[in-house]
Amino acid sequence: MAELKDRAGEVIEASTTEFLTQCYELYQSPPLGSLVKTVDEPVEQYGIVYNATTASIEPGRRPIARGRDETSEEDIYNSSPQLLKLLRTEFNTLVVGYRENDATYHYLPARPARIHSFVYLCQPDEIKEFSRSFDFLNILVGSSLPVSVEEIVAASLRRMSMVYDEPHSFLVAAGKELALLLGGDFNRLKSILGKIRS
Amino acid sequence: MSENIEKLGIVVSGSLTRGVEVRLDASASIEEMAVGRYVTIEGGKRRFFGMITDISLGVTDQRLIQAPPDISDPFMAEVLTGTSTYGTLHVLPMLTIGGDVGDLIEGPQPVKTVPGHFSRVRPASQQDIETVFGGEDARKFYIGTPLDMETRICLDLPELVKRSNGIFGKSGTGKTFLTRLLLIGMLQKSAAVNLVFDMHSEYGWESRSEEGRKVKALKQLFPEKVAVFTLDEENSKRRQVSTDFVVRIGYDEIEPEDVSLLRQTLNLTELAVEAVYQLYRRFGKNWLQSTLDIEDAESIPEGLSIHEGTLGNLKRGLATIGRLPFLTPSSTENVVKRIIEYLDRGINVVLEFGRYTDITAYILVANLLTRRIHGQYRDRMERAIAEDSAPPHPLVITIEEAHRFLNPGLASQTIFGNIAREMRKYNVTLLVIDQRPSGIDEEVMSQIGTKITCLLDNERDIDSVLSGVSGRSELKSVLSKLESRQQALIFGHAVPMPVVVRTRDYGSADSYREFASGGEADVQQQAEKDIEELWD
Repeated sequence: MAELKDRAGEVIEASTTEFLTQCYELYQSPPLGSLVKTVDEPVEQYGIVYNATTASIEPGRRPIARGRDETSEEDIYNSSPQLLKLLRTEFNTLVVGYRENDATYHYLPARPARIHSFVYLCQPDEIKEFSRSFDFLNILVGSSLPVSVEEIVAASLRRMSMVYDEPHSFLVAAGKELALLLGGDFNRLKSILGKIRS
Repeated sequence: MSENIEKLGIVVSGSLTRGVEVRLDASASIEEMAVGRYVTIEGGKRRFFGMITDISLGVTDQRLIQAPPDISDPFMAEVLTGTSTYGTLHVLPMLTIGGDVGDLIEGPQPVKTVPGHFSRVRPASQQDIETVFGGEDARKFYIGTPLDMETRICLDLPELVKRSNGIFGKSGTGKTFLTRLLLIGMLQKSAAVNLVFDMHSEYGWESRSEEGRKVKALKQLFPEKVAVFTLDEENSKRRQVSTDFVVRIGYDEIEPEDVSLLRQTLNLTELAVEAVYQLYRRFGKNWLQSTLDIEDAESIPEGLSIHEGTLGNLKRGLATIGRLPFLTPSSTENVVKRIIEYLDRGINVVLEFGRYTDITAYILVANLLTRRIHGQYRDRMERAIAEDSAPPHPLVITIEEAHRFLNPGLASQTIFGNIAREMRKYNVTLLVIDQRPSGIDEEVMSQIGTKITCLLDNERDIDSVLSGVSGRSELKSVLSKLESRQQALIFGHAVPMPVVVRTRDYGSADSYREFASGGEADVQQQAEKDIEELWD
């Protein structure tokens, strides 16, 4: 069962293809490409973090520079502790599959996540289970994101490979899957492969 | 997992006439493939057997070719192999076995369709090969193994000798060894007897291989079943060959047809050949001696219209024949009769030419003897049909340098052309050994049942050997990639599908023992058969 310490935040905006999570702590978003999940019994939705932002909680009020008289960045936060409450960190997640009744599916779930669902970082076992099939790459490669898709694919594969004893063979297998998906577009393939080479 | 390693790839496209394209799996290394190797294709309902006839490289994106990736990076290389860059095999399906019990009993059938898309392809297993070619038994003779396999490829020899056969290959590729093997096979497994016109004295008694090793031949391996006849007694004695008969041919045995065949080699004019017929009509059997006795144009007998120049031309030609030492003005022994006696007893006859390797002698003797033997066989066969009695032993006549007398100019005249065409009606077939198959008449070539070819590299030779074979362009690439020794492509009547074999070992003590043991079994069988016949 998901544990409190692995909780990364709460869903504050959700659609079929992605959800937006606000972190409980400033700057504590999961690394780019991480596999995260939201739990909405009996469905667990999996997503890959593709973007993170930190900004003012009120769109109209932008932060201003405060460090002229301070010696370190740390001091800025110490002298204005309210800052931690006025700013927030959010991250976007692309839905890549779900788990229901002990089976993992690498396609979109029936419903989007609920607002205020908790978002957890996936554990190595879950990552292994999820990455047993590379079908999720199809969703990733086919998505249109504000950030470069190649970056996200590479980041997610790099992170997933960390949980394996032999990251190299995992990456080679993933690379081969990508080579098939991007059969007609060698340049994209090359750019991803360049970012995941081990 | 082991199943995956076994798998070579999947069928991706193709047609019955051109063969199918197989995309190689990433796990299968293209460098380990070889043209001529067998694969099994697992279709939905039936299995297909085919031969790899071409191997090529492919890419999914043309940009890969224009800007090749850095393959020195092992990760890049590993990922791209088998995905963006892949190997394809061109496979020619040849036989099929259905999944039903009935089909299994029927055995492999020629293909009439192709396997479906994405059928799995794997290397043919030993068992598959055995299913197709069958194991060694009373009829089947082990000739060699397929490439990179231990399975024995066996030829059904009684079936083989029903048609004329050919062994081709450029010189030094192992034709002689193959022929020896095949002759031994016929000796052991088929009811046929052989008459070998042994131009270079290689088949009767031992000779040396190219490496200088002494290699035993038929008479040494099967002394009871082989008789060596020689044209050159002196040579045979020097080589310490135990000959059974010294062949002498009387002038009176030479007929005008024999001379007309030699027209090219003797450099005779048309008119000179015409004159031979006239002289034969005039002098009868003794025409040759009588012609040689004519001194000049003035002594030409009355009533013969032979020009002086023609006579000169003819006499020069005939003198060449007359100088052949094995020709005698009169011979007391009838060679043909002796040969047939031996053949009737089931004894194979090897006729050694000794030093007379000259093509004139070879054509003359081979034709002369064969025509008479063929004539005898025809009479006896016809009598056998009329009287419903046992036909004569099937006879296989082995000739070398076949293009010299089966060329388009002569094929219609020689008896060999006849035999090749009439085939087995009279129980006589040919075993043609040649290095220039393109020189052999097309019609004769098309009648050759089973062709065994070693490496050929002349385009015309390859074309002529493969003429009329389905999938010839595919086989062509296989043929031209054969190794220069001990490899042969066999196709035609006696094999269910074309096969490349590494020919069986010949020349070692072990190989002789194996031949001998096969022979003994046969002797046993023959004895049993004879006993049966006694009681009939």
